[in-house]
Amino acid sequence: MDHLPTVVAEARAAIQAAESIPALEALRVRYLGKKGEITALLKGLGKLPPAERPAAGERINEAKQALGQELEARRQALEKAELEARLAAERVDVTLPGRGQASGGLHPVTLTLERIEGLFTRIGYEVAVGPEIEDDYHNFEALNIPAHHPARGMADTFYFDATRLLRTHTSPVQVRTMKEQAPPIRIVCPGRVYRSDSDLTHTPMFHQVEGLLVDEDVSFADLKGTIEDFLHAFFERDDLSVRFRPSYFPFTEPSAEVDIQCVMCSGDGCRVCSHSGWLEVMGCGMVHPEVFRHSGIDAERYKGFAFGMGAERLAMLRYGVNDLRLFFDNDLRFLRQFA
Amino acid sequence: MKFSEQWLREWVSPQQDVQGLADQITMAGLEVDAIEPVAAVFEGVVVAEVVSKAPHPDADKLAVCQVDDGSGERTQVVCGAPNVAVGQKVPFARVGAVLPGDFKIRKAKLRGVESRGMICSASELGMAEETSSGILELPLEAPVGEAFRVWMGLDDHSVEVDLTPNRGDCLSIKGLAREVGVLNRLPVEGPAIAAVAPSHDERFAVRVEDPERCPRYIGRLIKGVDVAVATPLWMVERLRRSGVRSIDPVVDITNYVMLELGQPLHAFDRANLHGAVIVRLAREGEQLVLLDGQTVALRDDTLVIADERGPLAIAGVMGGENSGVSAATRDIFLESAFFTPLAVAGQARTYGLHTDASHRFERGVDPQLTREAVERATRLLIDITGGEAGPLEESRSDDHLPGEREVRLRSARLEQALGKALPAEEIGEILERLGLGITLRDDGWQVKVPSWRFDLTIEEDLIEEVARIHGYNRLPVRRPAARLALRADHEARVPLGRLRRQMVARGYQEAVTYSFVAPELQAALLPDAVSPHLANPISSDLSVMRASLFPGLVRALEHNLNRQQSRVRLFEAGLVFRGELDDLQQVPMLGALVCGPREPEGWAGSREAVDFFDLKGDLESLIGLGGEPEAWRFEPAPHSALHPGQSARILHRGEPVGWIGALHPGVRATLGLRADALLFEVRQDALTHGRIAAFTPLSRYPEVRRDLAFLVEASLPVQALLDTIRGQAGEWLTESRLFDVYQGKGVPEGCKSVALGLTWQHPSRTLNDEEINQLVDAIVDESRQHLGAELRG
Repeated sequence: MDHLPTVVAEARAAIQAAESIPALEALRVRYLGKKGEITALLKGLGKLPPAERPAAGERINEAKQALGQELEARRQALEKAELEARLAAERVDVTLPGRGQASGGLHPVTLTLERIEGLFTRIGYEVAVGPEIEDDYHNFEALNIPAHHPARGMADTFYFDATRLLRTHTSPVQVRTMKEQAPPIRIVCPGRVYRSDSDLTHTPMFHQVEGLLVDEDVSFADLKGTIEDFLHAFFERDDLSVRFRPSYFPFTEPSAEVDIQCVMCSGDGCRVCSHSGWLEVMGCGMVHPEVFRHSGIDAERYKGFAFGMGAERLAMLRYGVNDLRLFFDNDLRFLRQFA
Repeated sequence: MKFSEQWLREWVSPQQDVQGLADQITMAGLEVDAIEPVAAVFEGVVVAEVVSKAPHPDADKLAVCQVDDGSGERTQVVCGAPNVAVGQKVPFARVGAVLPGDFKIRKAKLRGVESRGMICSASELGMAEETSSGILELPLEAPVGEAFRVWMGLDDHSVEVDLTPNRGDCLSIKGLAREVGVLNRLPVEGPAIAAVAPSHDERFAVRVEDPERCPRYIGRLIKGVDVAVATPLWMVERLRRSGVRSIDPVVDITNYVMLELGQPLHAFDRANLHGAVIVRLAREGEQLVLLDGQTVALRDDTLVIADERGPLAIAGVMGGENSGVSAATRDIFLESAFFTPLAVAGQARTYGLHTDASHRFERGVDPQLTREAVERATRLLIDITGGEAGPLEESRSDDHLPGEREVRLRSARLEQALGKALPAEEIGEILERLGLGITLRDDGWQVKVPSWRFDLTIEEDLIEEVARIHGYNRLPVRRPAARLALRADHEARVPLGRLRRQMVARGYQEAVTYSFVAPELQAALLPDAVSPHLANPISSDLSVMRASLFPGLVRALEHNLNRQQSRVRLFEAGLVFRGELDDLQQVPMLGALVCGPREPEGWAGSREAVDFFDLKGDLESLIGLGGEPEAWRFEPAPHSALHPGQSARILHRGEPVGWIGALHPGVRATLGLRADALLFEVRQDALTHGRIAAFTPLSRYPEVRRDLAFLVEASLPVQALLDTIRGQAGEWLTESRLFDVYQGKGVPEGCKSVALGLTWQHPSRTLNDEEINQLVDAIVDESRQHLGAELRG
């Protein structure tokens, strides 16, 4: 009985010295197991005089409980250390780049066209498309540009033969839509257009978006409102100044060119705006009655407005691209900038 | 059109400066492109007279001159100009003068002789684009000692205005002045033009055979002109400031009057006219040598000015070389005519010409100007070249002259169109200022259109005029109102935008290539392709419409390979053009090209080159968006651009819709490409065709999986095995996974091992082994019989 303190001291030292879960388990068996030393002491209580038994039993049980707690504490400490060691071993360099394909990107013209389409479709316009090889009728005649009209010189046309050509604008889509659909009509027509011109500021192919709205009681005021809203939304600047300049398109009357305050210099004058403070960005006007006549729409009852813009031009202003030709070189170093 | 500010101000002179004026007319629809000073900045230059000229003792090409610059003392200058002569009036830069480019004139010694100042040429004063060959000679009446800048009126601007085709009436000082007058409410006054009384009565017969195309023709003989005189400096200057070069006095005068009034004129050499001047259509086969030296074969829809021997000029376009005015000309026949816009429209262009005259006639020249212009030119000719004017010879067909047009303008219509009711007085005033005659009606105005406004024919034209003069930017702004209508949304369609984004997610950059390509490139890739050729391509390498997206993608690859980009992943969406014009299909396609390593270079990436299955996987990821992968098939088939062993025709619902494969090494060599590439292109309509999801209840019963490995001939397409297996696997097969394809050790030569995992599941009960064994037996039997496939042990 007197060696209980010695056993407990030994056990404590052994538990603290144990370096693994199995070693700890062996100690538990050695001291607290069925044949363990503490268990043996409990079994030996019967040899004591009855008067001493309760006190001795209490001491042994206390010792047993204390050792049990120490074993558990040591086990938790060992497990924690083990987990920490594993975690330390599993550490990775989180600054290394990830694995697999990198994202690509959309072409800036697509980004621009999608934004424009999105702005208009969200308020009820539909997207309409049409063929790129067109006939003279849809590209010119139906748009009030008869043969030999001086306006034909405004857009140098690529021809295949006497009557077939690459569309010079997406306006033929408007004609086709008006022939098929009764008003109200609200469409935007994005797409490739072609003009026989190639220099620093012209490419023989580029992209346009044209819009058309036909309904009863549509006025020039509605056109102005639509254009202003669009330009404010596109450039995300509600304070952008917009002005309308009288111009001429055979298919609209009245016609206007639309200028915005230069987005590069805020109107102070810079190279981009030729120091005028203004940038020409769109053309627009009220649909010419002759165009309605060709499309079978009653020009007395219905009015309409149309507008058109170059996607590359808007993309250049939006993203600060300074060379139009880059859009068609498909240089990855250029394309990656728009991802 | 380019004009001189000063010249315009002689007709009408608003308060604002040139920039203000330019802004004003720009906002009225006459867009000013450029404003240039007519001379550079300089000071200290005066008019001087060359009093004496002596050879330089030491230099052959120099002369020592004494000039009188009005200072009271003679000044000695050394001058190298070949044309300097005693008695000349010249611009003289005194010592202390500053010429353009901050060039200061100082006392100097030239080869030992003192020179105090400089006699100037036009280019030295920034008055000419090219370097002048000699000093600028001034007229004798130039006042010695006057500041040259002031005397020449050099504080002037050339204003370039880009006129829209409807505003032919503004192609003159007179027309521009009219517009400026309207905008500023100012009177407009030009030089007085009076009829010149004939001083001889010789006529030259005019016969207009086509009065429909030429309703008015006026001619006049002017005898005894001196073509050798110099055009006066003031006229040369005005022409220069309007962008027109001085040629000879007769041509200069006709150009001057055209710029001033807008009426093109032509002068013939009387000596080369025979019989009569005839205005008629050309006859097929007639030829004419034009003023610019080129010989044209005339068409029979071309109006010409002819004499009894043949054509002399294309009416309203260009004169002929043989009948033009030359140094030997003594008598001239001056033409002022009205050719209708339709008679001239398109003519110049079909002969590859564009002249100041055709530009104006196509847009419409005021038919009331014909006489005024001929009188103005006659006066100038007599004053400058001398000569005697004959009587006017006029042919006029009132039936064919544009009639006086009347257009109705309804105030309700105007209000509706502009979204604002303008005061009736303002509208009336605007119309009147524009020179329109107005009569009030109950519902608006009856408007008479003046002879110079060819563009005003319908009510909308008048609405535009009112809006324009009132000011577009003063008109109201409103948002259109519309009924809110929901529209069908086709859920089964995969939008193109989704396909694009899927390609982006798979690491592709979107390309946009030209729709026309080089015929050689297209032929190298698709020798049998038929697609339309442009009649007027911008260059031969952009002359044939693409029949496939491959040429453009290959071109883009080449561009990038040449710029050290070794890993290229590009896609493009766009039309391809197939067939002859009369049987043309314009098909929206989506194509892609890959080249280089599978993954971007990195510490963990695969450095292996992409192969067929990488690209096919990308395409399958697009196909997957439609939810119907079973509708698609890839069948081995040869394609001219693709490797014969790595090329597949793509079928959607049994229809061929595209191709996928590796670029043919032979084609690659022909094109000189530095790297291998793989490509596909598929019809967009197949890719956008999808389905609406249809739910199948989830089974609560266990799945059964069996793995089978077959030995088949190496050349057997796995698709055939899959089809056979699926044909026998019964309706409860839920999945078949191809998990291994192996050739090599352990597999007989010429064979491959194909391993599949088949999974069955019944919706409402547990499948038993016996049923599965029967299905497996049927699969094995059928595969053996039809494909010679043996189950591996």
